[in-house]
Amino acid sequence: MIRDPKDLQRYTASERANHWLVGICFILLALSGLAFFHPAFYPLVQFFGGGPWARILHPFIGVLMVLAFVIMFFRFAGLNRMTAADRAWLSRIGEMVDGNDHGMPEQGKYNGGQKLMFWLMTLSMIVLVISGVLMWRSQFSFAVDVVRLASLAHALAAVVMIVLIIVHAYAAIWTKGTVRAMWYGTVTRAWAKQHHRAWYRQMTGK
Amino acid sequence: MALQSLDIKQRSATTTPAPQARQTIEIAKLIDVSACIGCKACQVACMEWNDVRDEVGSCHGIYDNPVDLTENSWTVMRYAEVEEQGKLEWLIRKDGCMHCSDPGCLKACPAPGAIIQYANGIVDFHQENCIGCGYCVSGCPFNVPRISKKDSKAYKCTLCSDRVAVNQAPACAKACPTGAIQFGSKEDMKDYAEKRIADLKERGYQKAGLYDPAGVGGTHVMYVLHHADRPGLYSGLPQDPAISPTVSLWKGVTKPVAAAALGLVALGSLFHYVMKGPNEVSKEIEKEVEKEDAQ
Repeated sequence: MIRDPKDLQRYTASERANHWLVGICFILLALSGLAFFHPAFYPLVQFFGGGPWARILHPFIGVLMVLAFVIMFFRFAGLNRMTAADRAWLSRIGEMVDGNDHGMPEQGKYNGGQKLMFWLMTLSMIVLVISGVLMWRSQFSFAVDVVRLASLAHALAAVVMIVLIIVHAYAAIWTKGTVRAMWYGTVTRAWAKQHHRAWYRQMTGK
Repeated sequence: MALQSLDIKQRSATTTPAPQARQTIEIAKLIDVSACIGCKACQVACMEWNDVRDEVGSCHGIYDNPVDLTENSWTVMRYAEVEEQGKLEWLIRKDGCMHCSDPGCLKACPAPGAIIQYANGIVDFHQENCIGCGYCVSGCPFNVPRISKKDSKAYKCTLCSDRVAVNQAPACAKACPTGAIQFGSKEDMKDYAEKRIADLKERGYQKAGLYDPAGVGGTHVMYVLHHADRPGLYSGLPQDPAISPTVSLWKGVTKPVAAAALGLVALGSLFHYVMKGPNEVSKEIEKEVEKEDAQ
């Protein structure tokens, strides 16, 4: 469905579907994982049909997330290579957070913050999947010291991942006109010109 | 086993204190290794009382049968052949849950009420609340809990909490033909152990002593050992057992700090929005684009 034929296509339908598959898996994993992490969150197991079901489902959802994430990684890895302009952007991130983007260097499809987010999420995913397999007791049986370390690493990486996702989702909500890119794929030209000028130029030839 | 007749001291995955008004005495089981003849009556009594039946295994060339604890064998005799001063010593240890005062299983368990520590010291698994994650296995410094392949629940020695609740000694203690398994208040058991240790010292075991490791706050299953300086001789009984520092970090400071961090980041985002306002596309740029369209 085209809202304005001059809007810019930022994400294809399959990219969006891929993203939401990862997103849904993340939400389910965060809810069930937090339930096992701290007693205050234990009631979240009710979303999954109780404690044993949450324990059974969590690793399988994890496997699905990894598969979807790997596909998404290869879709976007090339676009997330860090450049000098990204580092310059990151060095001034304080101004951006303060709500003043006038001095920010021109950015391509992704800014330095988004790229950093991409690589930190990838790193967290790697730690989560390896440690997750090590502590998957119903399928595997590893040495107890290894499982203990994996349990700690899994918890820490999961906390990092949840923090990253909160920042990721908040940044999208904060920057008006962004969320629609993940709903129906397009952004306005003005949005692109303001936030990703190099990409805007590349898309419009201006 | 859920039993209301025993007072609860600690409950897994519970952050508020348990009722504490009623004061009960601590109990203990004392296993006098020097008096054990390895008859396995305790193993049989455990199966009988608790209605658990392990698979009939095969002979592994040693007396240990089964060779390890399982979800159906909550206690096993471990036979170690050790040469001490040119003499063969057959060190037979009844292995099973030690009922720690500071139980690693309970600390690691994420399911509220799946692991209970009673005021008398018994640490009990309540399988109806168990979710089968196996964290208790990671938490235990003695490698005791076992997860059933059939029902994914964790099992171990209950110290016959159901018998103790009605003033009966555990089944194993009742069945022991040599008095190697004693049961009573922890204080009485320590007194009894002292006499046994004095006797052993008289008979030449200078290093005889009580195994009640402080690293886990003491245990409610204690051993009298002829070589208390080297518990490892007894089929790998740990020298200084304690909850692994990894588990303490994972289940200790990490939990509140991480929960607070998540809350702060979420709240911080909300307040950022409220205080800085949304990052909208500027009217200027919108006009620029409109102007280009008009041309």
